[in-house]
Amino acid sequence: MRRMADAALQRVRELGAEHADFRLERIRNQDLVLRDGRVDSASDGQDVGFAVRVVHEGTWGFAAGVDLTPEAAVAVAEQAVEVAKVSRPVNSEPIELADEPVYADVTWVSPYEVNPFDVPDADKFGLLAEWSERLLAADGVDHVQAMCLQVQENKFYADLAGTITTQQRVRLHPELEATSVDRSRGTFETMRTCAPPAGRGWEYLTGDTWDWAGELGRIPEWLAEKAKAPSVDPGRYDLVVDPTNLWLTIHESIGHATELDRALGYEAAYAGTSFATFDKLGTLQYGSPVMTVTGDRTTEHGLATIGYDDDGVRTQQWDLIRDGRLVGYQLDRRMARLKGLGRSNGCAFADSPGHIPVQRMANVSLQPAPGGPSLDELIGGVERGIYVVGDKSWSIDMQRYNFQFTGQRFFRIENGKLAGQLRDVAYQATTTDFWGSMEAVGGPETFLLAGAFNCGKAQPGQVAAVGHGCPPALFRGVNILNTVQEGGR
Amino acid sequence: MNPQETVERALALSKADGCVVVATERSEANLRWAGNTLTTNGSMRSRGIAVISTIGGAAGVVQRSSVDAHELEDLVRASEQAARDAGPNEDAAPLVEPDGTPAGWDEAPVETSIGTLGGVARSLGSVFERAAGQQRLLFGFAEHSLETRYVGSSTGLRLRHVQPTGRIDLNGKSPDYARSAWVGRSTRDFTDIDVEALDGELARRLEWAARPVELPAGRYETLLPPAAVADLFFYLYVTAGDRAANEGRTVFSKQGGGTRIGERLSPLPVTLRSDPAAPGLEAEPFFTATRSEEGTMSVFDNGLPLRPTDWIRDGVLTDLVRTRAYAEQTGAKPTPLIDNLILEQPGSTASVDDMVARTERGLLLTCVWYVRMVDPQTMLMTGLTRDGVYLVEGGEVTGAVNNFRWNESPVNLLSRLTEVGASERVLPREFADYFTRTSMPTLRVPDFNMSTVSQAS
Repeated sequence: MRRMADAALQRVRELGAEHADFRLERIRNQDLVLRDGRVDSASDGQDVGFAVRVVHEGTWGFAAGVDLTPEAAVAVAEQAVEVAKVSRPVNSEPIELADEPVYADVTWVSPYEVNPFDVPDADKFGLLAEWSERLLAADGVDHVQAMCLQVQENKFYADLAGTITTQQRVRLHPELEATSVDRSRGTFETMRTCAPPAGRGWEYLTGDTWDWAGELGRIPEWLAEKAKAPSVDPGRYDLVVDPTNLWLTIHESIGHATELDRALGYEAAYAGTSFATFDKLGTLQYGSPVMTVTGDRTTEHGLATIGYDDDGVRTQQWDLIRDGRLVGYQLDRRMARLKGLGRSNGCAFADSPGHIPVQRMANVSLQPAPGGPSLDELIGGVERGIYVVGDKSWSIDMQRYNFQFTGQRFFRIENGKLAGQLRDVAYQATTTDFWGSMEAVGGPETFLLAGAFNCGKAQPGQVAAVGHGCPPALFRGVNILNTVQEGGR
Repeated sequence: MNPQETVERALALSKADGCVVVATERSEANLRWAGNTLTTNGSMRSRGIAVISTIGGAAGVVQRSSVDAHELEDLVRASEQAARDAGPNEDAAPLVEPDGTPAGWDEAPVETSIGTLGGVARSLGSVFERAAGQQRLLFGFAEHSLETRYVGSSTGLRLRHVQPTGRIDLNGKSPDYARSAWVGRSTRDFTDIDVEALDGELARRLEWAARPVELPAGRYETLLPPAAVADLFFYLYVTAGDRAANEGRTVFSKQGGGTRIGERLSPLPVTLRSDPAAPGLEAEPFFTATRSEEGTMSVFDNGLPLRPTDWIRDGVLTDLVRTRAYAEQTGAKPTPLIDNLILEQPGSTASVDDMVARTERGLLLTCVWYVRMVDPQTMLMTGLTRDGVYLVEGGEVTGAVNNFRWNESPVNLLSRLTEVGASERVLPREFADYFTRTSMPTLRVPDFNMSTVSQAS
């Protein structure tokens, strides 16, 4: 590994690169899927490869290979310089990178107790099958899908400046979904666990971090209640949004909107841009004064957490929105230098050895209010509204204005109390209106760290895991759609 | 070891009831640009080997990006252990037997390079210059890949396929980003891509947008162009599983039990089909899968020859996706997924311009974006319009309208179509990362549900 890095960096130095980095990765993943307690799909993969990225005459050049020898590393290094040369005539923005201290030979390992790749597959299948059978045994549950996605990333990074990092992180995402089918009516309904994915080991499924028994025990009754729940009357409602749902709204309407590469137009042809343009930094009223949102890659067990990013930057925490106002962006070294923002906050990431690092999302989290209300107190403050739990469908436009979300469960709130489920509910809003309508956020004890494995961005497409923490929050007067009426039925 | 040697050695090491080995060599090159300048690029090679062991109706799949000769036995044993751990699989079936003489097995993998995009890079130089002079900003992406796949099995399969895939996205914007237009093309080798012509089409569309028009949410007569249709019907295709439908869990489930196969979905004689030999859309002629999925894909079906398949014929649902095992259970024929999709109405020759000319008042979309399922019961989907919603009045484009969030079901749309244009090869906008081989027509829908207004431009 180090011989490869030395050989590649030596070669690009000879070829005149201003900057170069060498990255070797091993990514292990295992996806287990059970259908009605039986294995439907099980795949175990490992991707090993390396990449050389250069800035040569002010232009990026990137190449990746799979043969793990110093000779192959030199060939790929030469290819990276060649790519830069082909690209040079159509590059009018010389690439410069923000300064960063050198970290000579540092290591970082994410915290976990049991590496899921050390657990026998039979034990994993056994646990998922047992949980599936528990659900299938309940009245009204016709089918159960159980899955567990597991990833172990190992990254080695070395650059011309002398930084060398070696890192490992582990994450997993267990999920179960129950389905009821009414053949006579030709209808069906589903209810899924809300347990978030986590930067943890197998102990997440066997310990008490999440109340698996409690959640699995209640899914059949929630499913049965949802199947016969009344259809919602569309209109404006006060919402209390649970962290199991709100994390995704944060992801789409804040996380992506505060990526500086998007705000500057670098993702315009694909993922899109952002309404939170750079000229609004420090002035845009993003939401109500109770809104403080941080970016970080340091939260323990966060899905975007790591020690050093793929630009060789030590990771940090910073404010994105303070008291409702836009005060920061997510950066990589290129973006930080381009806009004169000083040091990068460490958001460069490539999802595989074959992809170039781009600015990817940090853990973006809505902070709780010190001494803030409990969930019951938030619900108690609503006369007529809806309590939203669990994520499901999501969609937002390419400037991050108009979004529409559904969920797993929608409970009617009447005079401060939950009054049974509703169905066919979607909430739709414009980002700044929605966050502007946020009247209260829960206290620290209501905070939940959630997130996703599958955030997509860039061309070629890259997938990143990202964490989002938040408390429940109260929103006033949000537009509710009836999805059956939307479908013209 | 070359890929063929890897496959042969792995098969020789197998102690399972059956074994399939899939070896893939992939090379790709890409260019990306924004604001009239190149941003990122790359030239990459990757490799993969998947060993699928079958033991007593169970399958174990282990994949690696590369293995040395001495690691191969560990890989084969790991897949055998995975099969033992997994237990019997619902989609178990005897492995596929050879069908005819293998072609090209001994041939080496084929590679692409950044040079394939050399013409694009040169054209971009002049196009950037022209765009800057006309106060336009260009954004986009060009990518070419060549994937050579080798499939060998203990039943004697020795299959090889080379799949070229290419695409170019070109997005143009006014300097204030208030106007936006998009064109995209799929290609096998970039010899048929004229970047300057694509830029000319962008310039025309940005001119259309010179007159902005604000419209409220509502139902509008709408022309869905081929790129938008491709994204909607791709989703329909990949969720059209027979087993799930029979279990009452999809839009294709029939009230009282069974599926809607045989039911008329559209009053117009539209056909939705896949054909691995479709001209210009040539796709792998045999089935490969390194994971099973929900009764629509099975690792036991690797190497199955793919035949032309009609999913909808003359407006009637004719088939759904099923594995060999599920076909055996139900007495139907296997209908594996094929890597292309064609929607057409035989005899329809109308271009988008022809259909615009026949429109008294309506909307012409460019593409749809952020398409997600809202209600699988009806396949209600939501998404946004993007990069140009044009107002058509008196048979002409008269301006550009604000964007909308829409809520619609492609199945429901089929029942409301009033006109189908000529089918043409097209690049989907949203799902082009996964699916580029499509031929789609422009569709006229009299009452498309634009649910809310989006401020995005």
